[in-house]
Amino acid sequence: MKVKFFAQIRELTGTASVEMAVPENATVEGVRQALMARGPSWQEALSVNVLCACNQTLCDGATTVSEQDEVAFFPPVTGG
Amino acid sequence: MFARVIEADFSQQALFDELCQHDKASQSGAVVTFTGRVRDYNANGAIDGIELEYYPGMTEAALQRLLDEATTRFNLANAGIVHRVGRLENQAQIVWVGTCAAHRQDAFNGASYMMDMLKQSVPIWKKEWADGSPTWVAAKGTDSDAAMRWLTDDKDN
Repeated sequence: MKVKFFAQIRELTGTASVEMAVPENATVEGVRQALMARGPSWQEALSVNVLCACNQTLCDGATTVSEQDEVAFFPPVTGG
Repeated sequence: MFARVIEADFSQQALFDELCQHDKASQSGAVVTFTGRVRDYNANGAIDGIELEYYPGMTEAALQRLLDEATTRFNLANAGIVHRVGRLENQAQIVWVGTCAAHRQDAFNGASYMMDMLKQSVPIWKKEWADGSPTWVAAKGTDSDAAMRWLTDDKDN
């Protein structure tokens, strides 16, 4: 599955996207937890103030995801 | 209707002309446009430009959804929205919204709605530069309040 990061989260993780394998019936929250286990900077990036999207639509942590989905994590938006 | 994310500057006249050319009512009585520009200060003092990041694909889709919602809600004859990304200097144009409607109140409300909701729901992130170093802008409570105003109206209707 492709996971994308934007803004502060992209800078803290040091990457704009990663490919990762996900188990069956995985959730967006499960993906977030797995990423946070990668190290302190991942933990810092993804622990608070994080919005998530699945296939480019805002979603919540309970959303189930599979290999074909594109998940993204980003901070609250500040455009305009 | 048009929703665009661009790096280059835009001409307000060109966008106004495009908006009116595709006005479904062909002669709407009211056209409202809004242009947002880069301020040269923030709460801590002077700044030296901003930088905007976006989510290609999702950002354009979110802008299009705002157009659709505003069009339905305020009976707009046409609407457009353009947002710039990348590095922008102080006073540069950032965002433009335009609406056509039979009467001014719908045109004003449609433009106001799109700006309020844009600041809440469209994936764009702003960084401010000061003294050579960048700082990400935190989401503002007042922006959230502005969007809530429309959502509260929904509940009352």
